[in-house]
Amino acid sequence: MENNTKKLLEIHSLRTYFCVEDQIAKAVDGVDFDIYEGETLGLVGESGSGKSVTGLSILRLIPNPPGFIKEGNILFHGKNLLDLSYTEMRKIRGKEISMIFQEPMTSLNPVFSIGYQLMEVFRFHQNMEKEEAFERSVEMLELVGIPDPRRRMNDYPHQYSGGMRQRVMIAMALSCKPSLLIADEPTTALDVTIQAQVLDLMVNIKKEKVNAAILLITHDLGVVAETCQRVVVMYGGKIQEIAPVHELFHDPRHPYTMGLLKSLPRPDRIKQDRLPTIPGMVPEIFHFPKGCKFCNRCDRKMEKCETIEPELLEISPGRKVRCHLFEGQKHGTDAK
Amino acid sequence: MEQTQNNNILLSVENLRVYFPIYGGVFIKKVAEVKAVDGVSFSIKEGETLGLVGESGCGKSTIGKSIVRLVEPTQGNIVFTKKDGHKVNLVSLNRKEMRPFRADIQMIFQDPYSSLNPRFTIGRIIEEPLEIHCPNMTKQERQNRVKMLLNKVGLNEEQAVRYPHEFSGGQRQRVGIARALSTHPRLVIADEPVSALDVSIQAQVINLLQDLQKEFGLTILFVAHNLAVVEHISSRIVVMYLGNVVEIGQSQDIYHHPKHPYSRALLSAVPLPDPALKDQKKKMILKGEIPSPLAKPSGCAFRTRCPIAKPECAQNIPNLDDIGNGHLVACPYWKELNL
Ligand SMILES: Nc1ncnc2c1ncn2[C@@H]1O[C@H](COP(=O)(O)OP(=O)(O)O)[C@@H](O)[C@H]1O
Ligand SMILES: Nc1ncnc2c1ncn2[C@@H]1O[C@H](COP(=O)(O)OP(=O)(O)O)[C@@H](O)[C@H]1O
Ligand code: SF4
Ligand SMILES: [Mg+2]
Ligand SMILES: [Mg+2]
Repeated sequence: MENNTKKLLEIHSLRTYFCVEDQIAKAVDGVDFDIYEGETLGLVGESGSGKSVTGLSILRLIPNPPGFIKEGNILFHGKNLLDLSYTEMRKIRGKEISMIFQEPMTSLNPVFSIGYQLMEVFRFHQNMEKEEAFERSVEMLELVGIPDPRRRMNDYPHQYSGGMRQRVMIAMALSCKPSLLIADEPTTALDVTIQAQVLDLMVNIKKEKVNAAILLITHDLGVVAETCQRVVVMYGGKIQEIAPVHELFHDPRHPYTMGLLKSLPRPDRIKQDRLPTIPGMVPEIFHFPKGCKFCNRCDRKMEKCETIEPELLEISPGRKVRCHLFEGQKHGTDAK
Repeated sequence: MEQTQNNNILLSVENLRVYFPIYGGVFIKKVAEVKAVDGVSFSIKEGETLGLVGESGCGKSTIGKSIVRLVEPTQGNIVFTKKDGHKVNLVSLNRKEMRPFRADIQMIFQDPYSSLNPRFTIGRIIEEPLEIHCPNMTKQERQNRVKMLLNKVGLNEEQAVRYPHEFSGGQRQRVGIARALSTHPRLVIADEPVSALDVSIQAQVINLLQDLQKEFGLTILFVAHNLAVVEHISSRIVVMYLGNVVEIGQSQDIYHHPKHPYSRALLSAVPLPDPALKDQKKKMILKGEIPSPLAKPSGCAFRTRCPIAKPECAQNIPNLDDIGNGHLVACPYWKELNL
């Protein structure tokens, strides 16, 4: 396990909103968490919980309009990314922080060859000459396991399979050895055997640069259990729980996290006839309850849950929960 | 699993082949063939849930669609047992003769967005198959049945007048299920019915399917790529690769003791939601990509990625051999694979 406690990125009270038909959709509404050097941090939650918007906010890729970052600080190496100029931000993107998305086809340009697009990254961020950029690109393709990489440099994105395109995206995202990789559902569109290849690749590449960190956004709790050291659980644009991976899976505290874990079929355990479920469904963004965002689906709801939103409390070192059940269990002073 | 089950076979698929022609050239003639389903045989017992798994493109949906004749089989038989015990080869029927069987065999699709007509109300969507297949029912009887079905799938009667876009993904899937059940089918083909749903909604829909199965004595062909879900709901599992069946067995056997090298790779690749198992689980990372069904490898189609492939594997298509207890494996060398 990593014992690195040096913060690479700090997010403080981030709020990212969207204007939708005269209403304000609070997609991310007061999110605070840190990413430490060397860790793989999972960001999980069901669709619409604000995971992608959080990732895009870090890189300031929120489409404006309709979206805007209402408030917050995102400190990277001590600098607030939200204060940087467009040009300064562009230098960070792809070089120090890079991002891969669920559907690689939308992030690759169909009219340029794979090789050209890879070489561009080296030429833009590292001012390399053409020949050197070419050789480095071939090396990257080889590293991510593309067979016959020299020849395949000339191919266009549509000539690669889905798994190969995702590996190209990883090659591109890692070509400048970024210190933070944000991977948003990187394997969701892939088959399980290809997913295993891609996750294996991400983990192995990270080993080469020990201080680099990954923010892995996914809805797949299996993927989180196998690749992450710490986990942030989101629901309704808010963080509901933060915990080291073993603690989250073996001793979840928030009723939402508990419900999610129980609802998964577990063939490796004793056979259950019926799956325990969380009742109801995720409300539409404008219809979340006023108090605890989860209260209309929670089986432990109390009266105050409907009116007062709980704070995200640290209940033990490294563990935080946003739930009224844990009030009074606040862990000593703020230990960090 | 406690399913009301006997050993009567409801449906058997025999040596099914579905080849899609690819046209090209100046004279638009056939230039190639996609061997989507390439000699598949299995049977479904009355009352059971049979799981069908394999990675995308291996031919699962094509099999489902062949059974309901949304695609025409190139070769093979699909034999359905009627209520009176008589067996009928569906492939030999013409459109008109097929009609009564469409009420018996219904399909639920993965995508609850595109499979419901956006201009029809939910009530009309559920009622439509009844108008087609049950001409003796009165309007009142049909509407009563629609109400009953809405209640059964956890929606309420008042929602019958609303349109699909007013519903969430999970609710639309419930509508799809209600529609499929409207005609009292005996066999339901559920093609990835929970794959597009969020985790908490998946569990609700899986429970619903199981409850309805018990209540109506349904037989289900459950197609999915999430192996934990398939193991949970199925009594037996068929594993496919590139248009062929590679293994068939009881779900627990397939899940916990897969034999075919492909099944073993597939199962070892499934990430388990338990970090404590991460280190003890041996992952078998396959090399390379799934070949295109346009250029299917000769012999055993898995040989290009198989860790124990031998020269012989390029020559012979392996038989599905019974290794005991009805467990079938299409690899003569499976015992040689040690992880
Ligand atoms: N481009 C957009 N326009 C309007 N609303 C948006 C946009 N992108 C995201 N949202 C809103 O933000 C919410 C959270 O979205 P997202 O972060 O993508 O969720 P997820 O957790 O599934 O990644 C959505 O429910 C949606 O209401
Ligand atoms: N109508 C069609 N024409 C040509 N090829 C098809 C058609 N339908 C399916 N295929 C091909 O047949 C193969 C099997 O497809 P499918 O049955 O949908 O697989 P699965 O459901 O297992 O993902 C795929 O290679 C697919 O591209
Ligand atoms: S605050 Fe109340 S409603 Fe929210 S999760 Fe805790 S107990 Fe449930
Ligand atoms: Mg997302
Ligand atoms: Mg399919």
